[in-house]
Order: sequence, then structure tokens, then C-alpha cells
Amino acid sequence: MNGGDEVVTAPAGPPQPLDWKFSQVFGERTAGEEVQEVDIISAIEFDKTGDHLATGDRGGRVVLFERTDTKDHDALRRDLERTDHPINRHPEFRYKTEFQSHEPEFDYLKSLEIEEKINKIRWCQTANRALFLLSTNDKTIKFWKVQEKKVKKISEMNLDPPKAVGNGCVASSSNSNSPTLCLANGGSSGNDFSFPPGGLPSLRLPVVTSQETNLVARCRRVYAHAHDYHINSISNNSDGETFISADDLRINLWNLEISNQSFNIVDVKPANMEDLTEVITSAEFHPTHCNMLAYSSSKGSIRLIDLRQSALCDSHAKLFEEPEAPGSRSFFTEIIASISDIKFAKDGRYMLSRDYMTLKLWDINMDSGPVSTFQVHEYLRPKLCDLYENDSIFDKFECCLSGDGLRVATGSYSNLFRIFGCAPGSTEATTLEASKNPMRRQVQTPSRPSRSLSSITRVVRRGAETSGVDANGNSFDFTTKLLHLAWHATENSIACAAANSLYMYYA
Amino acid sequence: MAMIDEPLYPIAVLIDELKNEDIQLRLNSIRKLSTIARALGEERTRKELIPFLSENNDDDDEVLLAMAEELGVFIPYVGGVEHANVLLPPLETLCIVEETCVRDKAVESLCRIGAQMREQDLVEFFIPLLKRLAAGEWFTARVSSCGLFHIAYPSAPEALKTELRTLYGQLCQDDMPMVRRSAATNLGKFAATVEAPHLKVDIMSMFDDLTHDDQDSVRLLAVEGCAALGKLLEPQDCIAHILPVIVNFSQDKSWRVRYMVANQLYELCEAVGPEPTRSDLVPAYVRLLRDNEAEVRIAAAGKVTKFCRILNSELAIQNILPCVKELSTDSSQHVRSALASVIMGMAPILGKDATIEQLLPIFLSLLKDEFPDVRLNIISKLDQVNQVIGIDLLSQSLLPAIVELAEDRHWRVRLAIIEYIPLLASQLGVGFFDDKLGALCMQWLKDKVYSIRDAAANNVKRLAEEFGPDWAMQHIVPQVLDMINNPHYLYRMTILHAVSVLAPVMGKDITCSKLLPVVINASKDRVPNIKFNVAKVLQSLIPIVDQSVVEKTIRPCLVELSEDPDVDVRYFATQALQSSDQQMMMSS
Repeated sequence: MNGGDEVVTAPAGPPQPLDWKFSQVFGERTAGEEVQEVDIISAIEFDKTGDHLATGDRGGRVVLFERTDTKDHDALRRDLERTDHPINRHPEFRYKTEFQSHEPEFDYLKSLEIEEKINKIRWCQTANRALFLLSTNDKTIKFWKVQEKKVKKISEMNLDPPKAVGNGCVASSSNSNSPTLCLANGGSSGNDFSFPPGGLPSLRLPVVTSQETNLVARCRRVYAHAHDYHINSISNNSDGETFISADDLRINLWNLEISNQSFNIVDVKPANMEDLTEVITSAEFHPTHCNMLAYSSSKGSIRLIDLRQSALCDSHAKLFEEPEAPGSRSFFTEIIASISDIKFAKDGRYMLSRDYMTLKLWDINMDSGPVSTFQVHEYLRPKLCDLYENDSIFDKFECCLSGDGLRVATGSYSNLFRIFGCAPGSTEATTLEASKNPMRRQVQTPSRPSRSLSSITRVVRRGAETSGVDANGNSFDFTTKLLHLAWHATENSIACAAANSLYMYYA
Repeated sequence: MAMIDEPLYPIAVLIDELKNEDIQLRLNSIRKLSTIARALGEERTRKELIPFLSENNDDDDEVLLAMAEELGVFIPYVGGVEHANVLLPPLETLCIVEETCVRDKAVESLCRIGAQMREQDLVEFFIPLLKRLAAGEWFTARVSSCGLFHIAYPSAPEALKTELRTLYGQLCQDDMPMVRRSAATNLGKFAATVEAPHLKVDIMSMFDDLTHDDQDSVRLLAVEGCAALGKLLEPQDCIAHILPVIVNFSQDKSWRVRYMVANQLYELCEAVGPEPTRSDLVPAYVRLLRDNEAEVRIAAAGKVTKFCRILNSELAIQNILPCVKELSTDSSQHVRSALASVIMGMAPILGKDATIEQLLPIFLSLLKDEFPDVRLNIISKLDQVNQVIGIDLLSQSLLPAIVELAEDRHWRVRLAIIEYIPLLASQLGVGFFDDKLGALCMQWLKDKVYSIRDAAANNVKRLAEEFGPDWAMQHIVPQVLDMINNPHYLYRMTILHAVSVLAPVMGKDITCSKLLPVVINASKDRVPNIKFNVAKVLQSLIPIVDQSVVEKTIRPCLVELSEDPDVDVRYFATQALQSSDQQMMMSS
């Protein structure tokens, strides 16, 4: 694990704001096309190298994309991991494969339906050209291996295929002990078979001709029955052998190779559930320190815990909270303080958190308050009452940091997402729309920008009460929210989900 | 398509199934790989089968695992040791696959083959393979390479040896924690093959790197390396290089590392010898016994007897005993439970006086612990303390503890104490048993939980074995047989079970005079379940009693049952009759 050498080595003065351009879209809706609930993307994750991208959807599917523009596929992988040189071309991805990760289930003991929706995806260490990833729904985590397999075409056999098929019972009789011929006792000399010293020339091995390959996803392990509440996060440890899973009240530690036991490391469940005031909303391991992990709560605090201190980490090592500004308290204060996502920066020094109205950047060495706070959609503040009534206030937006730690991004409504510069002195604040023309929101025109046909039909169909125009002429639509997005590990490239479409942008 | 002779058909199928769609059939063929090899002959095995297997590296993990295992014993089928090198390529590819168990098996097989290979072949084939893996592009290859050095190193010429040591050093500093973990795991094995001067310099510096690793999981494994390396080094080097590491580890920031030390400390003491143990490791151990993490205290408490055994009793009393006292009132029940499971073993080490003076109060307080496991653990090791001070001093406290456990509301606790009753009986003697425990044993026969009743029946048998048939005749049998009149059929069934296990112990006379009449009587029961159990019991009594009794009493009863209206009763009665027929034929 390379330590802090990629850290914000801030050049003199803040970096220039980036000029974002549309790169690609997968699953773009055609005009008037209804979005199928199962197709809505519910998780996005780049792998550590940025060569692969995975999305999960509400239908329990995981779709993998692979990068096509890396110049030299034969170059040593280890070199690729290290290179950080500027590439003129922007990342381009193509569909690689997809598989059904989770199926809807019914818990008969508790009479509960378990949705197949993928809550989180995390990539694991690639080995021997096979890709590994963890995917989870509300209850069950699965470990997947995606691997290229040769398509077998057998051209030469000892027996005619039809004959072999016809004698299926004989073929399978070698499986159990055949009554006539005893093959079961393998190599010993007491075998019924005696072979001539030179062997039997008439026998031949099957010959495989075709070298075509196809991708096969196999579920290697299932980590189940360890969570009473809904899993909100999974996160890999830097040691490459363990990971955590967090639900509303508990965090469990697993070994990737052992699926039948896990250790409970955090338990915030009060003895009496009526005393419950706070739940865990998100948890993540530190990118390099194997013993540190952070988890966020519905009260707006982040706790950093040290696994070295004790086996059960109910007492935190550090608590990050912003002191409440006096006089600002309202009915919504507690609701909008709830943190929906936390992410560590790659260097492990900074943490990013997203609550309903803001993004906050924290220095893990400073627990008195965030280093910077970014307002994501301040114009919604007067509308909190409406947002509460239509439950939008409980939407869980994700956040992400760029690989160099200089910028942060998060989503909003109307398929908008915002990118902020977080280097000292930077005032960069960009609003983009998840569409083929991301920058049109920046155009300061009083009239509404021309809309594509699909957007117009959408507005008409959904009626006006969820969509409106604010003082700046920006429309907002609570039903089109951009919850999930991810930043490429090394380059300025963002993938984000607008309903069932995956949009990618670069700068 | 070749025509296959009839006798070759099965082997032809086996070969074809190497590429079958069905994984079970492929697996089956791979398991019979040696048969296939013998059918093909040594030369074609080398030239065709082995290359064929090398190609087959994208199969399912189960198949690859079986292949890795088979290849490890394949030397005879490729023409003996001089051709062993042809087996290396397929195993090399298996060393790179993603699944850990396949790689481990491939490494194991490579080691097995390498151990038999001729020296020049090792240099020509094995060492290059090792170097390829160690420089592998994927971490999986590098992980596997760590387990092969100890095979390759002894045969390598001097220059290559230097290279191999350097390579291992690089693996100890690999980017991937998985590789470093593998290097830490295998360091002891590799070090055992390295010459003394290099051991002190090269290996120790690698060890040093590993003990300072950022990843807890690597340091954990380095703890195990301490003992292995300690045994290889001269005592003074061990004290100079290993001891400080152990002492450091015992104060590591990570409780998991300290936990490992607590578990391993006993072996580490052996490595460093008695004097440094006294001066350095006793304080370290005392710290672990007082660790603020309960898991560490559990591990340390569980080793207290083993550790004391290598100290003299004076040191143990002075240093360890005060900690033991503290642990006996530890806030964690698991710590107390771990302590209770080993503490009785300290009695022989401390001797009679110290045991009475120091240990006895601890035993007594643990016997009154609120957590049943703690009490059970004390009771289970009672024999050890009995040898030193006799049971009398304990018996006053023992009885309430036993009675309380016997009536615990968790049936598993009751079950556990029943298991110990025969041990208690032998330790406490007949007199004590008759007074206090006899009634309990009868009470369990009427427990609400089947497992308890079942265990109680077996317990009755073991008591009869312990104290002899005469005693049992007086103290057990009448009470047991009394219960056959219980109004609930499930309890009556328990008694039938008790009779069937008691009979062999009691011998044929008592069986005929006391037990058999009760069983025969029960055949008139109105509950069919009792009746077919009677049939089963009678069947079990047939070998014990004389043939005349079988003819006169058992068979008529069974014949009657075999005409019962209930189908199950008829079935078991017929079974019993058949077995009695067989018995007769054999004896005639």
C-alpha cells in the first residue's frame, strides 16, 4: 500500500476549475420510455485501478464495464497500477458482462420480504486475471469471481458421442462402483485391470480445439445470517483478507475466506429499543491503516475507531461532530444532519461526508469541525417542508473524492450533480446535469434551456407539483435524483446514475 | 472415432469424461488419474496426459484441487524420479490460480515431488520454477513461491543460494500484504534450511522487517515465527534477537498481536530457556494476564497451568498466583471460564500446602460462580486436585454446586453435569455418592427433556460399571425398575432404555431374575411405542441370556407382539424374532 505520496501536493495557488465534458452513456432512455423499477441503478463502483466499473441495480443484477482506451494491454499490470502520467485520451468503457447477483427472497421466520436490490458493490484484489467483487443487498453479502473461460469443443474422443450418450448409465457407473469393473481402488496393484507396460495405444485423450473464451461469473462465497437490520455498507480492509459490513445498529468483521462466522465489532443497539436515538448510516475502512475504520450516524457525527484497542469497539477513538450553530435549530435540523455517506480520501488523511444539504470535508487529525463545508443545494432550504412531506428529505445521496483528493462530488435533484474544489483557496463549484449536455445548467439564461423531447414528456407526465422553477430559472424535480456516483481512481472521470442510465464525464 | 475393445470401455469412458460437461464426472475422472495414466503407459502419460492437464487450468476449483492433489503422488506413473520434472509445469499453473485451497495443495504437491527429485533436476527445473513464481506478475504466484524455498534451497549451488535469500527478502517486503503474510508463515521452514551465518544475518533482518510490518495480520504471523526461529538459533543469539521481539510483541498496540503472544508464550519460553523466562517473560506474561482486553486475558488464563509447569513453584506462587486470584473475579465470564478449565492443573505444580492455602479459596469461589460454565469447568477437572489434597476439603462446597447445576434451567448445563457424574462418583467414593447424588441420578430419569433422560439412562449404566453389579443391585436397579409404573409413557420408555443398557453390565442372572420380568410385563402396555420398544429391548437381551430363557420367555412374548394390531410393533417384533433365529443357527 503506497502511503501518502499521492497526497494533495498542492501547487502554488488552487488548481484551475475543470472543464467537464460528456464521455459516454449506457442505457440511455429513448423518448417517452418508461423506467422499469428493476433497472434503476442502485450502486456504482470503480475498481482500484480504474480499469473496471461495476453497477448494481434494484433488480439484483451487477453489470461490469471495462476500460478500452488503455494503450498497452500487454504492459505489466504492476506498472499500470503505478503509472499516474497524464493520458490525453479520456477513459472509455465498454460493457463487459453482467450477472444476477441477488434474487428476491422471503424470510419465513420473520415474515419479511428481502429485496434483491444491490445496496453496495466493492471490488476486491484482482488475481490471475480473474476479477473479484463483493455485492450486498439488505441482508446477504456475496463474493463473486468473474473469469474468462475457454469454450470447450471436444473434437476427438474414444467413444462416439451418440454412443456415449446412449450409454449414459455406463458412463455414470464409473462414478459409483461399477458392478463389473472395479475402478474405484485407483492405482494399487491389486486392481482388476492390468495394463501392458507400454500402455494401450488405442486410447486417446480428448482434444480441445476451440480457443474462444467467454466470461463466467461464479459466486464463491455467501456471507449470510449475520445482520438483523439492513446492510448499508461494506468495505474492504487494506490487509486484503478482511472486510466489514454495517447495518443500522451493528458492524461485523469478516474474513473473505470464511463465510460461516463473523465478529461483531460495533454494536450500538441499546438494551431497550425505545432508547434508540441514533443509527449507523455508513462505514468505511481506512485506505491504508488496517486498524482504523470510520462510521457515520444519523445524528451527523462520524466516529473513528481503532481495532487494535479492543475486540469490541463500542468506544470510539475519535468523534467528529460539528457544533450546532446557536439559534439555528428547527424541526428539520436533526433530519438533515443525518449523514448518508462517508468516504476516505485515497491518502487516508481526509474524510468526506454527505448530509442532506451539505458536503463536509474532515481532517482526521482535527475533530473540532470540518475543514470545509460545501452547500449542495441551498436553494432547497425554504422547501424543506415539501421535501419532508414527500419523503425526499430521507433520500440518501452518496459522495466521492477525486483520486488526487483535490475535488469532491455529490448528487442532487433534477439529475444534477455538483463538483467542488477542496484544495485551499479553490472556489471551484460546478453544477452538471446527467445528460449528454452536462454544462447547460451553467448557462445563465432566464428562459428555460431547450429540453430534449424525453424531458418534456417526463415533465408533462409527472405533473407540475414535483417540478418547479426557482428564482434562477433552475428547475428542480424531486423524482429525478442523482444518488449514486463514483470518481475514477486516477483520472478526472465521473460515472453517475440517473435512474437506469449510466452517464460518464471527463475533464 | 476409434473403435474401443469391450474391456477397455470403462477406461475409455473415464478418459472422455475428463472433458465432460458435468463437474461430478470430471472430478471422478481426475480422481482416477492414476488409472488413466497406467492405461496410457508412462511415455504417453509424460507426452500427452501431463501437457493435457497443463492446458486444463481454467476448470472449476474443485477439479483443480483434486488435480493438484493427484499430481503430488504421480511420480510412479510418469516413469519414476528421473522424469519427475514433467510434473512441474501443471503444478506451476495451479500455483497461480485464485483459490487459496488449490494453491496450497499445489504447493504441497510440489514440495512432495521436490523432496524426491534428484539434485541436478532441482537445480535445472525446480529452482527456475521457484524464481518464476517469486517474480510472478500476480500476487498469487508470489504467495505460492514462499512455500517452496525450503525444498529448493539445500540443493542450490552457492551463488543461487545467495539469490534465493535475496528473493525471499524481497517477498518479505512485497507490496501485497498477502505475500508478506505467506513469507511470514513460511519463514521458519525456510530458516531451518539456511546455514547458521546467513541465518543470523539475512534471515534475522527479514524477520525484523516482518515484526515491524504495518499490517497487524503480518505481525500476528511473525509472532509464530519467534518460536520457530528461536529453536534454530544458539541460546545467546536467541536471547539477543528473539527475546526483545517477544517482549515488544507482548506490549504491541494491537490486542490481536498480544493475543497471539499469550497463546504462544509457552513455546517461546522453551525457545529462550529458563533464565530469560524468569527475568523477562514472567513479567510479560503477568502483563498479559492483566491486559485490558478480555480476549487477551482469556488466552493468557487458558495457558496458566502450562506456563506454571515450566517455572518452579516458588516463582509461580510469587508472580502468577496473585494474577490468578484477580482473574477468578474477572468481570468477563469467559475469562473466569478459561481459568476454571485449567486452574485445577496447578494443584500438582504448587504442592499440597500451597494448594490448600492459596488455590483452594479460588476453587471454592469459582465453584460458586454465577456462570454455569465456570462451575462445570472446575468440576470436570476434579481428579487433578483430588490427587493432591483429597476431595474432603472440597466436598462441602462441591455438593451445593452439583445440585444447583443438576437443577439448572438450561438443559445443556444439566446434560454437561450428568456427563461428569461417573467421574465424580469415582472421585468421591461410594459413601458420599449414596448419601447425596443417588437421588439426583434418579431424578434425571424423569427430566422433561429427552436428551437428559437419555443421558441419565447411560449414566446409570456407567455407575453400575464403576461400583459393580452388587452395588447397583442395591442402589440403582430397584429404584429404576420402580419407575416402570410411571403414568407417562415417555418415562416408561426411558426405563426400557435404561434396562437395555444395564443388562450387559449386570450379567445374565440379574437380567433374568430382575430385568426381564419387567420388560415382559411392559409388553402388555397399552401404548404401541412401549410395545415396539419392548421388542427392541428383547432383541438386545437375546445374546445376554441363556438359550432356554429365550425359548421359554422371550420368544413367546415376541410372537405375541408380532401379531399386534399396530404395524410398527409387528415390524420390530418380527425383526427381533429373525435375529433370534440367526442367533440359534449360529450357536447350533
